[in-house]
Amino acid sequence: MSQSTKIMHTENNKIHMDIAHIKFLFKQMLRIRRFEEKCAELYTQEKIRGFLHLYIGEEAVAVGVMQALKPEDAVFGTYREHGHAIARGLSMNKVMSEMFGKITGSSRGRGGSMHIFDVEKQFYGGNAIVAGALPLAVGLALANKMQNKNNVVACFFGEGAVAEGEFHESLNLAKLWQLPILFVCENNGYAMGTALAISESQQHIFRKAQSYGLAAHAVDGMNVVEVESAASQYCHRIRNGEGPCLLECNTYRFRGHSMFDTQLYRDADEVEQWKSKGPIIKLKRWLEANGKLAADELSQIEDEVADEINQAIAFAEQSELEDVRDLYLGVYAEENS
Amino acid sequence: MNEQQLSYREALRLAIEEAMNADERVFLLGEDVGNYGGCYAVSKGLSETFGPDRIVDTPLSESGFVGAGIGAAIGGMRPIVEIMTVNFSLLALDQIVNNAATIRHMSGNQISIPIVIRMATGAGKQLAAQHSHSLENWYAHVPGIKVLAPATVADARYMLSMALKDPNPVIFFEHVMLYNESDINPAPEDCPDMHSALVRQSGEDISLVTYGGSLPKALEAARQLAQQDVSVEVIDLRSLRPLDTKTIFESVNKTHRLLVVDEGWRTGSLAGELCALVAENCFWSLDAPPIRVCSEEVPIPYPKHLEDAVTPQVEKIVNAVLGLLNKETVS
Repeated sequence: MSQSTKIMHTENNKIHMDIAHIKFLFKQMLRIRRFEEKCAELYTQEKIRGFLHLYIGEEAVAVGVMQALKPEDAVFGTYREHGHAIARGLSMNKVMSEMFGKITGSSRGRGGSMHIFDVEKQFYGGNAIVAGALPLAVGLALANKMQNKNNVVACFFGEGAVAEGEFHESLNLAKLWQLPILFVCENNGYAMGTALAISESQQHIFRKAQSYGLAAHAVDGMNVVEVESAASQYCHRIRNGEGPCLLECNTYRFRGHSMFDTQLYRDADEVEQWKSKGPIIKLKRWLEANGKLAADELSQIEDEVADEINQAIAFAEQSELEDVRDLYLGVYAEENS
Repeated sequence: MNEQQLSYREALRLAIEEAMNADERVFLLGEDVGNYGGCYAVSKGLSETFGPDRIVDTPLSESGFVGAGIGAAIGGMRPIVEIMTVNFSLLALDQIVNNAATIRHMSGNQISIPIVIRMATGAGKQLAAQHSHSLENWYAHVPGIKVLAPATVADARYMLSMALKDPNPVIFFEHVMLYNESDINPAPEDCPDMHSALVRQSGEDISLVTYGGSLPKALEAARQLAQQDVSVEVIDLRSLRPLDTKTIFESVNKTHRLLVVDEGWRTGSLAGELCALVAENCFWSLDAPPIRVCSEEVPIPYPKHLEDAVTPQVEKIVNAVLGLLNKETVS
């Protein structure tokens, strides 16, 4: 888990953060970025197979939101959840091993890239049915409420999920039962190759949530500080029993939907424009401009991240595949469990 | 006390009430389960006893509230989710098949989903083509969930209790024609477990395997056949997944003949699966081909005479058995 949040708000609501914390956020985003760049390489080497959906460009959302959560809070990710998992504190070893399909993976290698689970970290997947996890998150929040636990459930989903009935059913139930849940919409503008403008009549997702009575607004999902600040304020409300909230994070995916995507549906210029305001480069520029990140410090961070990733790859390479004789393990609970 | 009559509906209610009293993690969730008392009146009165926080009325959001039940089970509760009919459960098929059935295995055995999803099934009340189907086999097809079809008052009472203690997701089918059936208040011994098929009537000439709402028809057919000196062994599956194949094979190896009565449509039916299993495992002891009485392959129509013509009836069952035996006599 990350260190606790260091955000303070002055009277004019301007955000102040401690530089050490901002550097921590920077490193967290960089860990996800470099990890996934490596994953793309490993995919072309056929070490990783199946679908691989990269989060590159969207790191500020996962990293920002996770700062607002406590270890006992729960997280539901999407099928593009490597970033959620790493930001939540799962070890790169476990995540990489999962992608290699090895038994040391977070789901014994059973799930792969789209189904990373780690109950110890209260990380509940990894769901590859778009919007399918929203009702589950509502149910876990209901269980928390029934058991008088003051925990938050954070549920990530893309803007594509908003077209599904389960989104609407879940928001309605969450508000109706006043559940402690934070919905986080990662609005990257495209549901696979379908632009938001050609799939939604109301393109401001937060307004849909407001119509169900949730507190909701949109933030710049490329700005990790803004995301953290907004998520922290909402989590504070939720812990106070003020009911569910929805945070719309406007972001962009720099790579294709998956490794098979030829990206016929968008212009290269559009991608380049977004890249120039990417979450990592933006924060790096800010840190440098303010004299807070010297070249040697940056290369030290890069080295640490590279080491961690190399170790994770070595760990995954050296790990065993699950014995085929255990194929049936976990279809049902063992007797007497 | 045991002399007292209990209906199938009351038996279910008793099981729910008992579980809720014994375990505060148990709660009931579904459309009209609270103020209305349940569309088949199973939960009638429970809202007064347990209040709206444990008998939870939901909006018409099958996928939403079934998924919420699954999430609550992940979060340490023991939800009972009621869906009005199996037809409506199709709106929640995503949650049941993609989440409840997969998450334990897909997560590397980290997550338990102890949920019971109850629903009405079957024809007989002239509810036409969107409220009358028997789709038990759709669920029985899926690894990761258990599928139960209690056919007696004792099973309604105790299989539900057992399902609520099971650490797996359980789909619990209640045939609409059984709700008013009654029996003397059963004892726990009347329901040994929730997995075994039970021989409801012992016989020598043919094994009649069935489940749920077809059991009373099967027993009546067996009674009529006995008058013609045909001895029928009636087996009640009770659990559709897992299947107790041992009991079925033992019976077929004794009688050398199989008839399956299944209210599902014939094509792709559970009856088809049972015939295949018997052909694979008991082929050399068979004296006749395994046969089926299933529903006619049409959507269930509204008028009584047509509804009856679709679903398995006593006369059809009797004729199927006589036909099989006569054929043998001829050859």
